[in-house]
Amino acid sequence: MASFVRFLRKVRLLFGREKFRDELNEEMAFHHAAAEREFVEGGMSVEAAHHAAQRQFGNATRLNERSHEVVGFRIETVVQDVAFAMRQLRRNPGFACTAILTLALGICASVSIFAFVDAAVIKPLPYQNPSRLVALFESTPSGPRFHLSVLDYLDWKRLNTVFSGLDAFDSSESLLSTPVGIQRVEGAAVSAGFFRTLAVVPILGRDFRAGEDESGVGSNVMLSYGTWQRRFGGRKDVIGQTVTLNGTPNTIIGVLPPAFHFAPTGSAEFWAALHLSQSEDRGAHGLSAIARLKDGTTLQAATANMQSIAAQLAKQYPDADQGRGATVVSLSDAIVGDVRPIMLVLLSGTELLLLIACVNVTSLLLVRTEVRKRELALRGALGASRLRLTAQFVTEGLVLVVLGSTLGLGSAWMLMQLLIQLIPPPMMIAMPYLKGPGLNLHVLAFVCAISLAAALLFSVVPSLRFSVRTPQDGLCEGGRNTSSTLWRRLGGNLVAIELATAMVLLAGAGLLTKSFYLLLHTNLGIQPEHVVTLRVLLPHSSYAKEQITAVANRFLEEGAALPGVTSISIGHSLPIGNAGGNTMFEIVGQPTVGALKEVNQREVGAGYFTTLQVRLLRGRFFRATEDASKPPVTIINSAMAERYFPGESPIGKRIRFDASEPPIDIVGVVDNIKEGPMDQPMRPAMYTPFAQDPDSSFFLLIRSSRTEDSILSAMAASIHKIDPGVAISEEGSMTERMNESPAAYLRQSSAWLVGGFAGLALLLGSIGLYGVLAYSVSQRTREIGVRVALGAQRSSIYQLVLKEAGWWTAAGILAGLACSLPAGMLMRSLLFGVQSWDMQILTLVAAVLGTAAMMASYLPAHRAASVNPVEALRAE
Amino acid sequence: MAKKNDLLPGTLDLLILTTLKRAPLHGYGIALAIKRLSDEVLTVEEGSLYPALQRLLLQGWVKAEWKMTETNRRARFYTLTAAGRKQLGVELSEFQQMIAAIGRVLQDA
Repeated sequence: MASFVRFLRKVRLLFGREKFRDELNEEMAFHHAAAEREFVEGGMSVEAAHHAAQRQFGNATRLNERSHEVVGFRIETVVQDVAFAMRQLRRNPGFACTAILTLALGICASVSIFAFVDAAVIKPLPYQNPSRLVALFESTPSGPRFHLSVLDYLDWKRLNTVFSGLDAFDSSESLLSTPVGIQRVEGAAVSAGFFRTLAVVPILGRDFRAGEDESGVGSNVMLSYGTWQRRFGGRKDVIGQTVTLNGTPNTIIGVLPPAFHFAPTGSAEFWAALHLSQSEDRGAHGLSAIARLKDGTTLQAATANMQSIAAQLAKQYPDADQGRGATVVSLSDAIVGDVRPIMLVLLSGTELLLLIACVNVTSLLLVRTEVRKRELALRGALGASRLRLTAQFVTEGLVLVVLGSTLGLGSAWMLMQLLIQLIPPPMMIAMPYLKGPGLNLHVLAFVCAISLAAALLFSVVPSLRFSVRTPQDGLCEGGRNTSSTLWRRLGGNLVAIELATAMVLLAGAGLLTKSFYLLLHTNLGIQPEHVVTLRVLLPHSSYAKEQITAVANRFLEEGAALPGVTSISIGHSLPIGNAGGNTMFEIVGQPTVGALKEVNQREVGAGYFTTLQVRLLRGRFFRATEDASKPPVTIINSAMAERYFPGESPIGKRIRFDASEPPIDIVGVVDNIKEGPMDQPMRPAMYTPFAQDPDSSFFLLIRSSRTEDSILSAMAASIHKIDPGVAISEEGSMTERMNESPAAYLRQSSAWLVGGFAGLALLLGSIGLYGVLAYSVSQRTREIGVRVALGAQRSSIYQLVLKEAGWWTAAGILAGLACSLPAGMLMRSLLFGVQSWDMQILTLVAAVLGTAAMMASYLPAHRAASVNPVEALRAE
Repeated sequence: MAKKNDLLPGTLDLLILTTLKRAPLHGYGIALAIKRLSDEVLTVEEGSLYPALQRLLLQGWVKAEWKMTETNRRARFYTLTAAGRKQLGVELSEFQQMIAAIGRVLQDA
């Protein structure tokens, strides 16, 4: 109660501030007068009494302030300080704009990249307890992450003791019958417990029941939320309806939640159950698997358990599983493992930029403290307490930070929208977790953290700067020279830090750009220019194997007849893919001991190598007549020839997939083609005629002199003339495919982004250098005037300033070089063909930085050299 | 400025309340009264007096009104309130306890 009364009194005083102050002044004036009278009565002269009273009384303003502090709210002072800070900023619009924009820039870059990092690294998986989820792979002699076979999956599921759930999935695609025709749609097939293992509950309908994934059970599908909204208008009565996929009706049983996504299956619209049967071939590897660790089980324990199961299976089924082990990695590693280093590199880049921005603003603030030292000294002399002056610095820092952060946050939001737009759709499908970066709690907390740090920096540094001096020092004109030496040293150090940071960013951008360049110019084994590709998906129901070859040949004939087409061919898959499609083989006549031989297998049309302009090293290309009726033949690449036929000609040798299949003649050896990601080395590959094992899905590759769009639409029209039920997708050019392949795209985008940060860093660093030099010159005007008056040459004045700038720049570049090496090591997973100590890049970067620094210091040096000694000396 | 005899911390409020027990006084009057009653040993600095008065006002232990003085000038006179009288009692007994305690310690020495 008492405190409430006190509060009311304070509120009353808040509104009667003027009255309070007047009354206090009057009261003290009375006191003053009374004291004076007493002195006079005591025998002092009137004048002496006046002075004595004044001495005794001390500083009236300070007294008033102290009384005020007792009764006033703390907030009232804050309001005063904020108002004063705003007034200060308005009075110095140049300073205010530079500081706020610089800060906003740093925060904007930092926050927008952080939002992506948050989406991709901190919370990429929208499932319950995602840290308990793992991805399972079979390991083979060629690598740790390969698909499982159905039988291996079933055995793993049955034998393991470490998972509460182990489920398989496979991505698929289907032809959906819609009122407007047949469309190709993405889908996925999962084992019955898949969603329960992820702990994802449908928002409508039900999940697959146990046993629904056995063969012969009716076909039910679940819809992704997006599909439900887009194709079914979000209607509740969709459950129980049928959709026709690949010509067969499927019953819709459930709808997945809106936040659900599963990167490995991309943008799957329809989720069906797998049809697993015990009669599958153990050697046919096509499944992926996930599992949830039992409570208290570690990843290591799970790995040990799975590896012992794999070893047991390898012993039991040596034909299929010899040399195969098991790999267990956390699901987040499996999904975002590749983007994580890029994200961290980008985040470090923005943090460096933010650092430069903060250092820049700090040095601006220091300059201002310098300019304001007399104002501050005056306020100190007039009775402002040190606490009150420090509070003023803190308030000014806070006002700057609040304005800068608000602006930065707003522009970060816009930048995020822009960046999302810039991500090409195929990349977005592969990284669905990037869809939702926004200003969520994590991001806001991040902004608050960096703002607080910045505010602390901006308030502490100027107050430290101020407290090294006593007020008398500030008021005294001569005090300038000593203090400005100290300041110059500090300002110079800050500039060196800025330049070093800019150097690290520039070097990073340079290394990434060079990696990207080298990647694009890496030898792919093909001539990608002027080649367009499109994917054809024939309706399953309409074509038998023999008919596929016939219709494919008709497409080829029609395509070849199109004007401008030089060459056209078929490929079951395209180069620069994901390096899938591996197969085991043995060489006829060689014992099958030791590790299994593994190779990439590709089915291609007769003109494939001609269309892509691949060099033939030995033997011959395929003939158009080599179809299923002819003996099987293959062309191998030189990597396979070197690995499996060292020192001999492979032509005429025969290989087979296993003893039950007919042997295949090797008829040719071609140059290596980059089948997998561009940053991976060439691997052994074998090519077989498409016509000997046709598939209803294939690509057409067309080399032509026409523009990409016109040839693609002409080809599509020709295909639809033959069969309107054919679905065409993935139209594009080979060069696009290269540029948009993850390996190239990730490097290109990170090179762009880091390059952007580096450019900004260079700009900020140069501005910082300019600012410090300009200030230093303005402080030394008199000294320079004296030098000139005593006969110093203009050139020596230039030298004076440029030498100073040169020292800082050299220090910055050296420190930057020293930091660039470890920074380059940190991002080595992103580098391709370059090392962090790439002299070419480092020299170039140092030269760029040096030039920028010299340009920034030219203006102040010029100003110094044109100082008029008469004016300079008179000015003081 | 040489330091006069410093007051024990917390005793200024007690002294002010005590001087106001007899009659309402203005700030100068309070300073003067403390000086006289202590035979010029204790001097209250204006820098402490007015903030202290504001504090007491805020607590509601004194109230203030403007009146004319004998020299025909306006001055703010402070009067002890009922709450202030009670507070004086509390502070006085606390002070006496403390003095007694200090006395015992000094006697022992």
